[in-house]
Amino acid sequence: MNIVVCVKHVPDTEVPIRIRADGRGIEESGLNFVLNFYDEHGVEEALRIKERLGGTVTLVTAGPARAVEALRTGLAMGADAAIHIQDPALASLDQIGTARVLAAAIKAGPCDLVLCGKLSTDDNAAVVGPAVAEFLGLAQATAVTKLELGDGKATAHREVEGAVEVLEVGLPAVITVERGINEPRYPSLPGIMRAKRTAITARTLADLGIAAPPPAHVELLGMTPPPKRQAGRRLEGEPAAVVHELVRALHEEAKLL
Amino acid sequence: MEFTLSEEHRLVQSTVREWATTRLLPRAAEMDRRGAYPGELVRELGEMGLMGVFIPEEYGGGGMDTLSYCIVLEEIARAEAALAAVLSVNNSLDCFPIFAFGTDAQKRTHLTELARGRKLGCYCLTEPTAGSDAASLRTTARRDGGHWVLNGTKIFVTNGVEADVLIIYARTGGEGPRGISAFIAERGDPGLGVGKIEHKLGIHASSTCEIVLQDCRLPADRLLGEEGNGFSVAMATLDGGRIGIAAQALGIARAALEDAVAYAKERRQFGRAIAEFQATQWKIADMATRIQAGRLLMYRAAWIRDQGRRHTLEASIAKLFASETAMWAATQAVQIFGGYGYIQDYPVERHFRDAKITEIYEGTSEVQRLVIARSVLGALDRAVEPVRAEGASVARAAGPEGRRRSRADGAGGQA
Repeated sequence: MNIVVCVKHVPDTEVPIRIRADGRGIEESGLNFVLNFYDEHGVEEALRIKERLGGTVTLVTAGPARAVEALRTGLAMGADAAIHIQDPALASLDQIGTARVLAAAIKAGPCDLVLCGKLSTDDNAAVVGPAVAEFLGLAQATAVTKLELGDGKATAHREVEGAVEVLEVGLPAVITVERGINEPRYPSLPGIMRAKRTAITARTLADLGIAAPPPAHVELLGMTPPPKRQAGRRLEGEPAAVVHELVRALHEEAKLL
Repeated sequence: MEFTLSEEHRLVQSTVREWATTRLLPRAAEMDRRGAYPGELVRELGEMGLMGVFIPEEYGGGGMDTLSYCIVLEEIARAEAALAAVLSVNNSLDCFPIFAFGTDAQKRTHLTELARGRKLGCYCLTEPTAGSDAASLRTTARRDGGHWVLNGTKIFVTNGVEADVLIIYARTGGEGPRGISAFIAERGDPGLGVGKIEHKLGIHASSTCEIVLQDCRLPADRLLGEEGNGFSVAMATLDGGRIGIAAQALGIARAALEDAVAYAKERRQFGRAIAEFQATQWKIADMATRIQAGRLLMYRAAWIRDQGRRHTLEASIAKLFASETAMWAATQAVQIFGGYGYIQDYPVERHFRDAKITEIYEGTSEVQRLVIARSVLGALDRAVEPVRAEGASVARAAGPEGRRRSRADGAGGQA
């Protein structure tokens, strides 16, 4: 089974984000970037399938030079190959455009299954996986918590409100994975050394037969930081009155009661 | 000069940091309190290739270099120092000498399982009357047909309780360093036993015990290296080991700094965070400065070792400075925490207790200063080891490259 995993290099969620002066993006200097958390689960799932059924795991990312680190992390976990789509035009793409570029790279090679993280923790859109499926004309299942592969088809479990939905999709298909699907392994030292030796395939949009960057459907107007948390309020006075006021505040202001 | 880590070294660092932060740090306080050997965590380290970091992959290791080993140990020790001790003994004091001095058969039999973390190693050098003066050890090994028969008592053996593979130094010849040979023993060998188990000030989750040898019979093929070359094996082993202890010490120092910074920003006195007081800021600044200096010394020693060059002096300098930095930084952290620093609900008293051992094992600070001074003063070597009549040249005696090992390079404490 030849599996392609789409991955993204995103800011470490532990690190505070600063908005760029022009308000159209985040300040990247001094920021630590990592392999998107949900994509790690995608890589892990691909490796487990490969360990059971054989085949190859190929990573693909569309991103700036630094994104090679996300590919190295996935290779160190055990992936066999990696494609890095790097092009100045990527900066102007929205999620649909990114999906088109990824789909073009996936189409260029053998592929029985595409795995993606459910979403990327930076822009939280959950669009790229489903859009890749559309561009490739493949069946899809999103936010999958359990994946079973059969002959030419796959059974995918999804947690929906109050139930588990079980879908059957024909292969090849695009599956986006939820965090509960597995526990990703840590890269091993021999894995890191192999990742260092593995040549990463570089692709531009022109290499993928995309003459002009797909126009963006969405325009980013601006970014603002979330409002600062209000300081707490201290209730003072007689215990009976304080309790009365607390219950009133929880009910009328916080709307918790 | 290049002061940035390569891509693979950064990946080693981020991987081990994440593992240590997720798997180890949340258990550190309990490991310290219970003092139980963390077998499950050692198994995980083995799967990641961390129990034999610089051993080639063909022998089950991680196939990386000394710099990677430093990075790994610093990250582990920053979360929990006892596991760093377990890892460091297995890597430096067992995997290394078998890899460097062992026969092919010994590597296949003993090294692969050690490097994979499926077996655990320990190192038996120190004796009740031979610590810093390791060359005066009294454990004997005599030849009996196809076997060696060992008798004696080894003390302060890290990992001794759980160890499957033991490197043991014993006297096969006359007095002094040239009468010593190294052996590989295995758990279950006849006449080999665990003696008194020690209760230590710190690094509680690593065991320390006596190893008792009573007519312990080892097949002839358990001799490690040449007969009479054991002291050279021991000292070459400690060169690498000392770089590892520097890394462990810097990990502890960093933990002390990180905890102190977090606390100083949060703790308010006189209406403001104590981090706003210069008395606190100067402590923090000095801690950060010494840690960075120590890390540069350590990286340089590792780099020289990775070039295949003699690094006895640089390893001693790195170990001395890093271990004293750890003890000093932990002391500052306790002071910044004040009364809370002295009680066990907060982590800095653990750092304080854990830091102390780094000034003692694999050569005390005094032994490191002896090694450093002898290298710098050079010609004074004569006072310890008289120049022979045919006139060993001053040049030979002067530089670290040419200086012959003399008996006081000792282990000092641990083994």
